[in-house]
Amino acid sequence: MAQIEATTGKEDSVGTRILALLSRVFLAVIIPLIAFAVIYAGFIFLRDSNAPKWLIALVAIVWGVGGVGLLYWVFNGVVERLPDLWTRRLQPFVFVGPAVAILIWYLALPTARTFWLSLFDRNAAEFIGLQNYTAIFTERLMREAFRNNIMWIIFGSTFSVAFGLLIAVLADRSKWERVSKSLIFLPMAISFVGAGVIWNFMYEVRPADVPQIGLLNAIVVALGGSPKAWYAWTEIIPWNNLFLIVIVIWLQTGFSMVLFSAALKGIPNELLEAARVDGATEIRIFFGIMIPYIQTTIITVWTTIVIFTLKIFDVVWVMTGGQFGTEVIATQFYRQSFVARNSGFGSAIAIVLLVAVIPVMIYNLRQFREQEAF
Amino acid sequence: MGASSQKRLNLLIVNLALLLLVIIWTIPTLGIFVSSFRTREDIQSSGWWTILPHKAWETTATLSPGDLGLDPNGVMEVEGVTGTFEELRNGVQSGDTRVVWIGNRRLGRIEVQKQVWTVNWDFTLENYQQVLSGKEIQFTNADGTVETIPGDNMMGAFLNSLAVAVPATIIPILIAAFGAYAFAWMRFPGRKILFIMVVALLVVPLQIALVPILRDYNRLQLNGTFLGMWLAHTGFGLALATYLLYNYISTLPRETLESAFIDGASHFTIFVRLIMPLSVPALASFAIFQFLWVWNDYLVALIFLGGNPETKVITMRLADIVGSRGNDWHLLTAGAFVTMILPLLVFFSLQRYFVRGLMAGSVKG
Repeated sequence: MAQIEATTGKEDSVGTRILALLSRVFLAVIIPLIAFAVIYAGFIFLRDSNAPKWLIALVAIVWGVGGVGLLYWVFNGVVERLPDLWTRRLQPFVFVGPAVAILIWYLALPTARTFWLSLFDRNAAEFIGLQNYTAIFTERLMREAFRNNIMWIIFGSTFSVAFGLLIAVLADRSKWERVSKSLIFLPMAISFVGAGVIWNFMYEVRPADVPQIGLLNAIVVALGGSPKAWYAWTEIIPWNNLFLIVIVIWLQTGFSMVLFSAALKGIPNELLEAARVDGATEIRIFFGIMIPYIQTTIITVWTTIVIFTLKIFDVVWVMTGGQFGTEVIATQFYRQSFVARNSGFGSAIAIVLLVAVIPVMIYNLRQFREQEAF
Repeated sequence: MGASSQKRLNLLIVNLALLLLVIIWTIPTLGIFVSSFRTREDIQSSGWWTILPHKAWETTATLSPGDLGLDPNGVMEVEGVTGTFEELRNGVQSGDTRVVWIGNRRLGRIEVQKQVWTVNWDFTLENYQQVLSGKEIQFTNADGTVETIPGDNMMGAFLNSLAVAVPATIIPILIAAFGAYAFAWMRFPGRKILFIMVVALLVVPLQIALVPILRDYNRLQLNGTFLGMWLAHTGFGLALATYLLYNYISTLPRETLESAFIDGASHFTIFVRLIMPLSVPALASFAIFQFLWVWNDYLVALIFLGGNPETKVITMRLADIVGSRGNDWHLLTAGAFVTMILPLLVFFSLQRYFVRGLMAGSVKG
């Protein structure tokens, strides 16, 4: 009897367990299905709707943000319904899985795929080994791009660092530090396309017999010169790049200024006072104490702007489209990949860009970790 | 010279040098800001700085040469100024009076001008109406002809930019925060290797990914869709976001989390209720960086949205005006300012997070 009772009890518990499992599976299937249906309906609406623009924008925002949140919630709910052991095993992957998957899709695989493509001809049909790479270092426009990028790196980073440092030192001693720093930093908020328009207007040229509307040519005319288009300012071709580089110096000085300003405030006051008591001039203090003290910051800022100028694209593309001898690596990449449709050559340029960026980035990351900047 | 007056002189030099630099840095932006409110004719005929008081010639009297009995073929005398027709055509100046012959020899007229202080304050909002609206706009040229040009529909592009930028900011932050939490507080096989992968991918410039991803998008029909843009910006911003948020979340006090675990809270609850609120400064800083990055982006939009005029974002629309009507400064200046307005608002209202976010963004690949 006891045995029978025990078995029926067992059967009973098996029955309830099966029922419980079924309800779990049911919930685990139904809830995700509903979630997916909602997300899919949103997608169809966004793709096919003729609703007013603001409504589409609103739905897009809600759908995009809400959808991702919903997915996490649903998957987590499913995993938490599993037996404890499996919850513990699988939950980390619910958390980390999407990030890893997207990184693999968008960065890890493309690196390999781009390298693979770079070994093929323009239609990705015929394997041509390293021919694209030899072409990169021999073709005329690519050589021009390399030469210009070196100019960008040297002048862009040096002047951004120099002006940033100068302004940081000056602002540190003035009464209106906050206002002046805000105004210098403001261009960082402006897009390159916007900055291109702003500087095009500065450089605007009119015939000599009518009033100039571009400020720079107006100054030139007022001083008795004759107005010129900016790319004709010097006859020696690479130097006209300086007029584009000015734009990036204008944008990036705020960045270096803020970092230098913070670093300068870290110099112990006693050190400066002691030097002043000893009768050191301000210039000697600047070169003898300040510069050595903030040396690492200077190098970090410098390398950051180097990376930035290596990948410069928008300014050149909007201002000149690479004409007048202003081609750079990234505009060549764009032109080859998406205008000339030479995917092999374009991919090879991208790989060269990656290789050029890697050592600087590694240095930068190491610095970033040491300083615990974030 | 005493020490204190030397000090004062130094301070003066410092302030003047700083003022000069600030002026130089501000003038380009100020120029387009002022110009965006000037009329089309004014922008084309005079510099924007003429809104400042300046001396200009103003016509005080218009005379008819015939009435004065002048002979255009000889030397003429008007209002105490003498000159031949050719000289008068270029204007002859005597004292503060200038006499100019306008028009041809037979039917021309003579204007007597005096130099007066003036400002050029003819401001308008028409430029903004024109770039913002998508409707066709008619206007009359100086010579009387009527011209019709399409509006630039910057308003539509503005909404598109919002529809791209808001999710493209929040989605990567959400995904990165979940990932960073797992890396920091959960134990699972492959944790070390996956995290090394995240850091390694920080160095990859996005140019690497454009061609392969464009091929995937062609196959998945994601080209020209917002979804494609969100995913692309998520992919390109995610490595940095995960790395930064890991740095932040892993330094949160261990005791807080452990006591929550003892109370029986699940990882999900802890993440939503505890970690997210505690991480607000880091989330805000990165959010601002990512938002500005996406808002100001041109390259990614050019490639993944390029084919579809309906979904063009604001930077593309502005670049279009540069390309097609690069001399219409009344549109370009207003358009440029429309693209800048939101970043500038963010900049002025959230300056502290803004600076921190951009500092952190310096390691973006």
